Amino acid sequence: MEFEPVIGLEVHAQLLTESKIFCGCSTRFGAPPNAHACPVCLGLPGILPVLNRKVVEYAIKMALATHCRINRENGFARKNYFYPDLPKGYQITQYAHPLAEEGFVEVETEEGTRRIGIIRIHMEEDAGKLIHDERFPSSYIDLNRAGVPLMEIVSAPDIRSAGEAAAYLRRLHEILVYLEICDGNMEEGSFRCDANVSLRPRGREEFGIRTELKNMNSFRNVQRALDYEIERQRRVLEEGGEVVQETRLWDDAQGVTMPMRGKEEAHDYRYFPDPDLVAVAVSEAWVEEVRRTMPELPLEKRRRFRREYGISAYDAGVLTADRALADYYEEVVRGCDRPKLAANWVMGDLLRLLNEDRRDIRDCPIPAAFLAEMIHLLEEGAISGKMAKEICEEMYRTGKAPRTIIADRGLVQITDESVLLPVIEKVIADHPNQLAQYRGGREKLFGFFVGQVMKATQGKANPRLINELLVKLLTG
Amino acid sequence: MARITREEVAHVAHLARLTFREEELDKFTSQLNDILLYMDKLNSADTAGVAPMTHAAVRGNAFREDVTTPSLAPGESLANAPDSRGEFFRVPKVIE
Repeated sequence: MEFEPVIGLEVHAQLLTESKIFCGCSTRFGAPPNAHACPVCLGLPGILPVLNRKVVEYAIKMALATHCRINRENGFARKNYFYPDLPKGYQITQYAHPLAEEGFVEVETEEGTRRIGIIRIHMEEDAGKLIHDERFPSSYIDLNRAGVPLMEIVSAPDIRSAGEAAAYLRRLHEILVYLEICDGNMEEGSFRCDANVSLRPRGREEFGIRTELKNMNSFRNVQRALDYEIERQRRVLEEGGEVVQETRLWDDAQGVTMPMRGKEEAHDYRYFPDPDLVAVAVSEAWVEEVRRTMPELPLEKRRRFRREYGISAYDAGVLTADRALADYYEEVVRGCDRPKLAANWVMGDLLRLLNEDRRDIRDCPIPAAFLAEMIHLLEEGAISGKMAKEICEEMYRTGKAPRTIIADRGLVQITDESVLLPVIEKVIADHPNQLAQYRGGREKLFGFFVGQVMKATQGKANPRLINELLVKLLTG
Repeated sequence: MARITREEVAHVAHLARLTFREEELDKFTSQLNDILLYMDKLNSADTAGVAPMTHAAVRGNAFREDVTTPSLAPGESLANAPDSRGEFFRVPKVIE
C-alpha cells in the first residue's frame, strides 16, 4: 500500500524586543544566570504582568505577511502545568482568542508553488532554562529566558514531504528575518520547530495517528528527523501495527527519533483566561499603521527581480536571501544599468571576498556606487575583465574608488588603435615563422599572437581591439 | 444531579499536586457540585445578543513600551529559594 505523509509544523520564533513580554527585564542572550529576572519573572505573589506593545506590533507584522485574519479582540490565557522552569505554575499564552488566524504562505518546491495554510499565530512567554547535573541528582534553573516573548506559528496539516517542510520553514524564517522581528538563530533557539507527522493510505481523507517530533535545531535536522519518522511509521503500518500517539525526540548523533519519557498528562492544561491581563484590542488604524512599515517580502522581491532585471530564478534567490544584499544589488544596478553583469559581480567576486572573511554585506568595504562604476568602465571597454577583477579586490582591500585605483596603477586599457597598431606590427615582425605557418593554414596560431600582444602590453590591450587588428594584419 | 464526579475531583487534585483523604474527596466533590449547580443558574439568563465579557475591568489596552528596567540584583532573586547553587536555583533532578 502506498502511504502519504501528513505534516503540520509549529514554529516558535523569539521576537526581537529589548525587554520581556510582561516586564522590563532585558531579553539579551548570554547574560550570567538569573541576571535578567525580577518579581514578575520569578512569579512572586502579587505581581502583575503588563503587555509589551512591541510584541503585539511584531505579531501583527507577521500576521500581515502571512495573509492572516487579525482578531480585533484577542487575549491571554493561563496554561497550567508544573515544571521547574515555570515559576508561576502556568505559562501565559493565547488560547481561545489568538491574535491572528487563517493565513497562508507560498512555498516554491520542485513541483511548483504550493500554498501552506497557517491555522493561527499567537503570542506567549518563554519558560526558563534547565541544566541537568551529570553527577548529582540535581537540576539548575536559569530564569533569564522566562518571559522572553515568543510568537507561535501553527501550520495547517498541508505539508506532504520532509522537503516541503524544510521549504516551508525556510520561507517562514526568511520572512521573520526580513521583517526584522526575529534574528532567526536556530542554535541559540530563536527559531524552533516541532512537527506533527502521520501517514495515511494515499487517497484517504482522514488522518492517521500522529507523533510529535521535538528537538530539531536546524533545517537539515528537521528534514532528517521527518524522513526518519515517515519511514519508521511506514514500517510499523506495513507490518500491520499501529502508530502510538506520543512525543518523540530527535537524536542528532544517532539519526533516530526516540519516545520522550514522562510528561504523560502534559495535555491536560486547564486553560482559562488570565484575569491579570485585559483583552488586547487591535484597531483598524493600528493595523494600517503597521502595514505602512512593511518591507517588500522575499518572495515578492524575488519575483520582481526576475521580472525587472531578467535574471535567473537561482540568481534572484541568492540575491534576495538577505535583505541588505538585495538592497546592495539594487543600488549597483541603479548605478550601472547592467542587471545581469551586476548580478554576476555581486554573487561572484564580491560574495566570495565577503565569505572568505566571514563578513556581512552590511560591512562591505566597497560602496555599491564604486562597484557600479567599475562595471560601467568594464562595459565601455576602458578596462579588461582581468583588470576588473584586480580592481575589485583592491577596492575590497582599500575601499578606494575604481578611478583612483586605475590612475594609481596605470591600469587603463589600451583602446586606442594608433597605440596598439605598432605593437602588433612589431609582434608579427618578430615571429616570421609563426606568421608563415598561420598563413599556411594553422589557424590555431591566432591565439599565440593574441598572447604575444597581451604580453607586450602587460595585459592592458582591449581584447576586442587586438582581435580586430590581428585579423586584419595576419591575413595581410 | 451530579455536575462533577469523584474521579474528576481526584484527577484535578492530582494535576494540582494535592493529596486528599477519602472523606475529603467526598466532601469536596459535594461542595464543588453545589458550586457548579449554582453556576448553572446563570445559564438561565438570556444572553442572546450580548457580547461575551472577557474581563471585569472595562477599559482599553494596557501596554508598556519596550523599554528595559533594572532586574533584581544578583543574589536577591535567590534569597528566598529553598535551595541554590552559585547563581542558579537548584531543584531535584528533572528528567526530560
